[in-house]
Amino acid sequence: MVIEMTERFEPKIVGFLCKWCAYTGADLAGTSRIKYPPNVYPIRVNCSGRVDPTLVLKALSTGADGVLIAGCHPGDCHYTNGNVKTIRRFMVLQKMLDQFGIERERVRLEWVSASEGERYARIVESMTEEIRALGPLNWKAKLEVAA
Amino acid sequence: MAEKIGVYICHCGTNIGKTVDCKAVAEYACLLPNVVVARDYQYTCSDPGQEMIKNDIRELGLTRVVVASCSPLMHEPTFRRAVEGAGLNPFLFQMANIREQCSWITEDRELATARAKVIVSAAVMRVNFNEPLQVQKVPVNPNVLIVGGGITGIEAALQIADSGKKVYLVEKEATIGGFMARFDKTFPTLDCAACILTPKMVSVGQHPNIELLSYSDVTDFSGYVGNFTARIRRRPRYVDEDKCTGCGQCEQKCPLSVPSEFECGLGKRKAIYRPFPQAVPSTPVIDREHCLCFTKGVCKVCQKFCPRGAIDFEQEEKYVDVQVGSVILATGFDLFDASRIKEYGYGRLPNVITSLEFERLTHASGPTAGKILLRNGKPPESVAIVHCVGSRDLNYNEYCSRVCCMYSLKTAHLVHEKTEAKVYEFYIDMRAFGKGYEEFYKRLLHEDVTFIRGRVAEVTDVPQNLSEKGKLIVVAEDTLLGIVRRVPVDLVVLSVGLEPRRDVVQVAHTFRISRSKDGFFLEKHPKLAPVSTAGDGIFIAGSCQGPKDIPDSVAQGAAAAANVLSLVDRREVELEPTIALIHEESCSGCKICIGLCPYNAISFDEAGKRAVIATALCKGCGVCVAACPSGAIEQQNFTGRQLLAEVEAICAQ
Amino acid sequence: MNRAYDKSARLVCGALDIDLAELNDWNCCGASAYMAIHELRAHLLSARNLAIAEKEKKDLVVVCPACLTTLTKTNHYLAEDSRFKRTICAGLKAANLQYWGSVKVRHLLDVIVRDIGENEVKARIKRKLTGLKVAPYYGCQLTRPFGEIDDKEFPTILDTLLKWIGTEPVNFPLKAKCCGGLLMMTNEDVALVLNRNLLDCAQQNGAECIATICPLCHMNIETYQGDVNKMFGTNFRIPALYFTQLMGLAFGFSRKELGINEELIQSQGVLEKHLEVIR
Repeated sequence: MVIEMTERFEPKIVGFLCKWCAYTGADLAGTSRIKYPPNVYPIRVNCSGRVDPTLVLKALSTGADGVLIAGCHPGDCHYTNGNVKTIRRFMVLQKMLDQFGIERERVRLEWVSASEGERYARIVESMTEEIRALGPLNWKAKLEVAA
Repeated sequence: MAEKIGVYICHCGTNIGKTVDCKAVAEYACLLPNVVVARDYQYTCSDPGQEMIKNDIRELGLTRVVVASCSPLMHEPTFRRAVEGAGLNPFLFQMANIREQCSWITEDRELATARAKVIVSAAVMRVNFNEPLQVQKVPVNPNVLIVGGGITGIEAALQIADSGKKVYLVEKEATIGGFMARFDKTFPTLDCAACILTPKMVSVGQHPNIELLSYSDVTDFSGYVGNFTARIRRRPRYVDEDKCTGCGQCEQKCPLSVPSEFECGLGKRKAIYRPFPQAVPSTPVIDREHCLCFTKGVCKVCQKFCPRGAIDFEQEEKYVDVQVGSVILATGFDLFDASRIKEYGYGRLPNVITSLEFERLTHASGPTAGKILLRNGKPPESVAIVHCVGSRDLNYNEYCSRVCCMYSLKTAHLVHEKTEAKVYEFYIDMRAFGKGYEEFYKRLLHEDVTFIRGRVAEVTDVPQNLSEKGKLIVVAEDTLLGIVRRVPVDLVVLSVGLEPRRDVVQVAHTFRISRSKDGFFLEKHPKLAPVSTAGDGIFIAGSCQGPKDIPDSVAQGAAAAANVLSLVDRREVELEPTIALIHEESCSGCKICIGLCPYNAISFDEAGKRAVIATALCKGCGVCVAACPSGAIEQQNFTGRQLLAEVEAICAQ
Repeated sequence: MNRAYDKSARLVCGALDIDLAELNDWNCCGASAYMAIHELRAHLLSARNLAIAEKEKKDLVVVCPACLTTLTKTNHYLAEDSRFKRTICAGLKAANLQYWGSVKVRHLLDVIVRDIGENEVKARIKRKLTGLKVAPYYGCQLTRPFGEIDDKEFPTILDTLLKWIGTEPVNFPLKAKCCGGLLMMTNEDVALVLNRNLLDCAQQNGAECIATICPLCHMNIETYQGDVNKMFGTNFRIPALYFTQLMGLAFGFSRKELGINEELIQSQGVLEKHLEVIR
């Protein structure tokens, strides 16, 4: 992806949002007409525990500059403790990303409840700005470094 | 054979159309693989809109449908029904959210349109891999569980029980009646609370269809809509409910008096007691923290005098499991703890009291037999009523507690009626929104109450001049006069706000429901579904959903009852088929999935050396799906292939 | 007289083995009128001090509650507000500085009572101040807005210290009320009323002197007592002493060393009644 110096880099972030909390919270942000950067593209899942780390890697390797996984606050999971499993997987995933030289700011795990529209907007905003500052992911280059 | 996809971009009036160039998105969609038709339309969820989709299905032989409009949480069921009406399996439909998560989050038309295109392409790519699925139909158990026996729970219980269904009413305290049982007169009619409440309480106690489980709470809750199991803990009263006739001899003979919680500590009760005389059930309870038998091993006078031998010091905690099809949470509220606001001196200055303590003072059967008195037993010559204590305050609770303005007016009226005291009311706004409320306010305006508009800064006992000596001085800015006023009074009544109950987090976890930002239970939709929750079959009603007065609480109790009866009369309910299925051939028997399931739905088949899922128990979280290293488990309608298609579509742009 | 605060604080810290190092190239914390003129820049001034302290790997100790409040607020806002953080960090970067938010800011009173503790303080007492009735005056900013040091309305940390050094802290309900602060310059009438209330309350409760922990409070109470008397026809003559001066007296330092002879309302008469050498 060639970036012209005159054009501002727009990060592309894939978002996995759980339908009970995070997706509903994101909806609430829109219903409340809160304006925030449109850089996170939502994919709805039943629970953040459904998010397979290979999906995250697939996203990063096919053009995404970052991935956001958002679920219910610990203790509030509709399926009791799906989000706890997400935490465990996420920690292992982070170690893997470190080895690829992929900055930790690019893949985030956040808790957003169904009533936290404002919070969702702020998370998207801060994540977008952080990744914008880091620049495009350039997956191929990362793989060469790791090899 | 390639799929034939129809794509429909909704304008939703100007909601989407103002920000997203729907025509451009439709043109873009036309070019996507397998799309045979792409239209933009004003209101796709309308009848003609739905007809348009059905026609296309029939005439163009569509095999998949995508509608790009509002959130699936809004209209996914609507469009699924429409698609089904044209003979297509409802799960071959996919929705793209270009409103709540697109047109409403930005004002930049270019960005919004570009984003909409990405979202639509993700849905189109995904829908190729949607499979036809059948909903699971399950029967609905007609029994109902109601948690909370205040006025809301009582209303719901009576409505449902009168229709012939069985109700389990669980109440934490020793009696039903909730906060209302402690009130004296209720606004705006000045009805006596006990007079209108106690007949309903009696009806509940006597109703053949209501099983009242008082002094109990729900410790476990599992299942799914139509088929819940609740474990109820029955705490020991040390009095046998079946033998007790409520004669009250034990209470009379008990030698030990302790502060009464019902009287806010202003009056006393015995160690064996009923919270108040009209308690339902009328069986007393022994307070083992104070009872001399439990603490010192002596006395037992109550047992000696009980004509029915109902006292049982050996009674133990019991657990009861009930099967119900639906549950209504009517657990109520707690009052804001006024001691948190140090500036008001509650807990430090003896004549600063809360509104509930005032209710007990003015109540005819309260600790002062209905006389409004200071701690020294004398009547006050002046009274200040302070609004918004703990409410409308970023330091404590941001929201308005809705009832305090009205009950403050009632307090002023009662002081005026029962004493010669001068009354000052310190308010910010006067919220008199209900039927008869404004008229009640007008009445108070004529009752010689001095209204001062200003939030009280502090209540102090440090005098600045002789007239303030020995008084409580209320300091507030009178915003209408533009000066700071110091008003010396004898008694200060703090109109405390309403908060979620102290155990609300625990209850929310037990029933797996969410809470809103202010901590009260979260309703499915604030306008259109105020008593439903995101969990099917679980309803909320009354002030556990948000602060409200008695009329609204009763209305919500009845509304929840109607929702329940609608569910029960349907006899069966449909479950989303997003369950997990194991492809036997791919399962390597590694057992990783087994421990992960929160519902223990996965077991290991020793013979075949593979994991097996019990579909009746699977709720479709997908945790096992993500964990399987062989990719042997798939989640219906959320397969790896479907999600991957979305990812690829987003990243390819 | 604020020089006395500096002198007495250093002596007391020396006696307690508290290693005080003056912050290198420190600037004004911004807690002046500047905060009302350009809030962000005022916070940047605070952030500069914090950044320097972080570089020197030290926590900050202050004797002025206004400095305490401003520095603490800066820390809080940096942690809570990402936009604020970006602006401040950009400003610091322009001065070749950076700040990661690790510096703790404490008032000397807090350090002495909570970190040093009763035994260490009592061990250094060489003079008894028995029977000296002191009104502990906290001023409005020590405990507000965060209430992290002590209860916002009725703090007790100074009362505790005064008991440790052998004096008798009196009940002082207005202990955390405002002295008027800078209003003494801009709206003297209001400030004089506030000071009258404080002095009256102290006197009513039997105080012989007022212990202060803030240079501005000290100045208002002491310097303008004459004006209060003129305006209200009262005749207050209550000396104000910094808590470090009282501690210094208990630790055996001379009045000259502690700057007590520099005050406007002489405390000599009051102290004479109660000073008694132990060893």
